[in-house]
Order: sequence, then C-alpha cells, then structure tokens
Amino acid sequence: MQRGLDSQTKKQLEEEEKKIISEEHWYLDVPDLKEKESHIIEERSFLRCEDLVYGRMSFKGFNPEIEKLMIQMNSKCKEEEIEEDDKMEADVSDEEMARRYETLVGTIGKKFLRKRDQRVLKDDDEDDEVEEGNSNPRPSKRAKKMFLKPQD
Amino acid sequence: MAAECGTAAEALVGQVVLPGDLLLLPAHYDEDAESERLRLSAGAAPQGRLLCGPGLRRSGAGLLVTKCGLLRHRPAGGGAYWVDSQQKRYVPVKGDHVIGIVTAKAGDVFRLDVGGSEPASLSYLAFEGATKRNRPNVQVGDLIYGQFVVANKDMEPEMVCIDSSGKSSGMGIIGQDGFLFKVSLGLIRKLLAPKCEIIQELSQLYPFELVLGMNGRIWVKAKTIQQTLIIVNILEACEYMTAEQRKQALAKLSGNR
Repeated sequence: MQRGLDSQTKKQLEEEEKKIISEEHWYLDVPDLKEKESHIIEERSFLRCEDLVYGRMSFKGFNPEIEKLMIQMNSKCKEEEIEEDDKMEADVSDEEMARRYETLVGTIGKKFLRKRDQRVLKDDDEDDEVEEGNSNPRPSKRAKKMFLKPQD
Repeated sequence: MAAECGTAAEALVGQVVLPGDLLLLPAHYDEDAESERLRLSAGAAPQGRLLCGPGLRRSGAGLLVTKCGLLRHRPAGGGAYWVDSQQKRYVPVKGDHVIGIVTAKAGDVFRLDVGGSEPASLSYLAFEGATKRNRPNVQVGDLIYGQFVVANKDMEPEMVCIDSSGKSSGMGIIGQDGFLFKVSLGLIRKLLAPKCEIIQELSQLYPFELVLGMNGRIWVKAKTIQQTLIIVNILEACEYMTAEQRKQALAKLSGNR
C-alpha cells in the first residue's frame, strides 16, 4: 500500500534499490564466445541445389505464350552466352534508319516554318516541277472559291 | 550415446545414407587457420560457401543426415550436398513454385490449399497489373500457379503471383479445363530436371500444356479428354516403370493413334 508510505520511507527504499542495481548488474560474468565463421549455408529448397527447369510447359504449339516463356526462362540459366552478345536484334537496320532520318528531318522542319517561308518553299517546288516538264502548272495560290450567285 | 566418427562426404556421394550418419567435410571448410594453410598447398580450393541442402544439417565438424535417401553433390558454385529423398507430403519452402486451389476469399486475401499443414494466403494485389480498383477475377475453386514469399514453421505461408520485378512470368490463374492430379515429390523433381526423357518423349505424342507444382500437383490440358487422360496415366505410372517399359507403352500409343 504505497499511499501510506511517508516521503522518508520512500527515499530509503529508493536508495536501497540503487545500491542493488549498479553497473555490474547489466553485464553477465561470462567470457565472450568467439563466433565461428561458418562456411556452410543451410538451405531447405531443392531449387538452389539442383538445376530445375521452369514449371510451366507447352508442347507442339498448344499455348504459344507459354512456349515463348519457356525459351525465355530456360535461357536465363545460360546468361553467360547472352551477355557476350551485346548487339541487340533490331527490327530496323542501321541503313534504313539513316535513310529515314534524312527525309524525316526535312519533313518535320517544314512543319515549323513560318507562312512566308512555306510559300517560298512551295514556289521552289513548283519551279522544279516546271523545269522537269510536268503538265499543268498549278497556280501557286489556289483561287478562293467565291460565292456563286444562283443563276435563275 | 557414443559419438560416431563420420565418413567423408565425398565417399558417400550417390549412395544411400540414413538419418544419424555424420558426414565429414574436406578440411577446406574447417577453422580459418587450417584452411589458409591448406589453400596455399592444395591446388583448387573451392571458393565460396558450401550449400547444405534439404535432408542435411550442419553439426560441428560436418553434416548430419536427417532424411534417408541418396546423397547428391554438385561441385559448381562453392559445392552443394543434399539428400535425394522420396516423400508425398509437401512442406512449404520459400521460393518454390506451386499450384494452389482457392478455398476461400477473406476480404482482401485468398486462402489457397497447397497441400501443406496450413492454407497459404495470397493477397489480391499480388497479381500483375492489379490495383485496388482493378481486382483479379479469382473465384473459389480456381487453380493458381505462384511462388512462396514467406514459408517457415512459425508463420502461415504466403504466396505471390509476381516475381521481384513485378512481372507475372507465367504465374497467376491457370486457365479453364484441364486435369489436376497429385504425384510424389520425387517424380516432380525428376520431371523438372533439364532434358528429362519422359517429358521429351511425351512431347512427341500430342500437343498439350503442362504445369508442374513443387507440391506434387500436376495440371495437364490437351485437345481432347482422351488425350488428357492418356497423358495423366503415363505420368502417374512412369514413376514405377523402367525406361524400356515406358518406351513400349508410348510406342503402343503412337501406333494406335
């Protein structure tokens, strides 16, 4: 019953506790055990020990996605061969890319020209056509369609 | 009990070992001081750590056998020893790919039966492309192919259907139809070995799809029910057939087709 305790008895109790609990209380009197460096790892899974294939399989084209997956997963084991091959198979060859880019730059560039420059460009094109001898040189400016009055 | 002196591990590779046998490892794996001396003298000292696989336990000087079976050894990657034993009951192990059957939906989590002592839990967010609004369409009774992310004797096993990069890579709900049956765990490991003859011979028969779970469950699907059942019967029986008997059986089948 702590309510009945005087302040004096409380102080006495605290001092007694402090005497008992000293620094030594927190350290066990046991020599340090040297931790053995172990070179053995315990493993409960067969996957790390044996070379097991991926569990999902498909044969003779029954499920084409799984067949693609099979090739992908089973080739992951042979990573060394893949790493040596740095070149990735490209869908488009380098030459085609170069050709595309040549014309691409011009096309995109035209988009951002101002109107005056566009007209100049078009005149040049038309002059070229005339020189080559094309038929019907078109007027550079299309005739604006005027409102036609109804002919009674 | 008197302490048994063990035999060298290398001598018993490929032979039957019984629980209680002590395997002594070559001196490379002993205390540091000794191993340094030996490394200088010995030619090829295996680097890295030795893997002590299922059926073996580390004990003092060497490895203690805890299951009966054949002792196997793999010298690559630091070396590994394990016991090739046969059992039908599956114990969940982290990283294993298994087939589970959905038994209940409890809020955000599915309960799956994987053949272990406890049902495994699978969160609905553990599928590829699943968000809180975009939930996967999983019903009770569906088959799911996933891997364990937590599996020890103190906690309930947890499964996921995505790998560490967030891709499903073949895991998830297994489709409609097909046939699920159970075999022993040893057969599964035999079938999953690279270049397994059984699988190669079966693949010549009909087009079919196969999912092998490490918990002893196999799911097969072929074009007709008859073909599916034929494959199921072969897989169940090939555990106890020799290679010749199996080839005879398959020859009969391809003849009758």
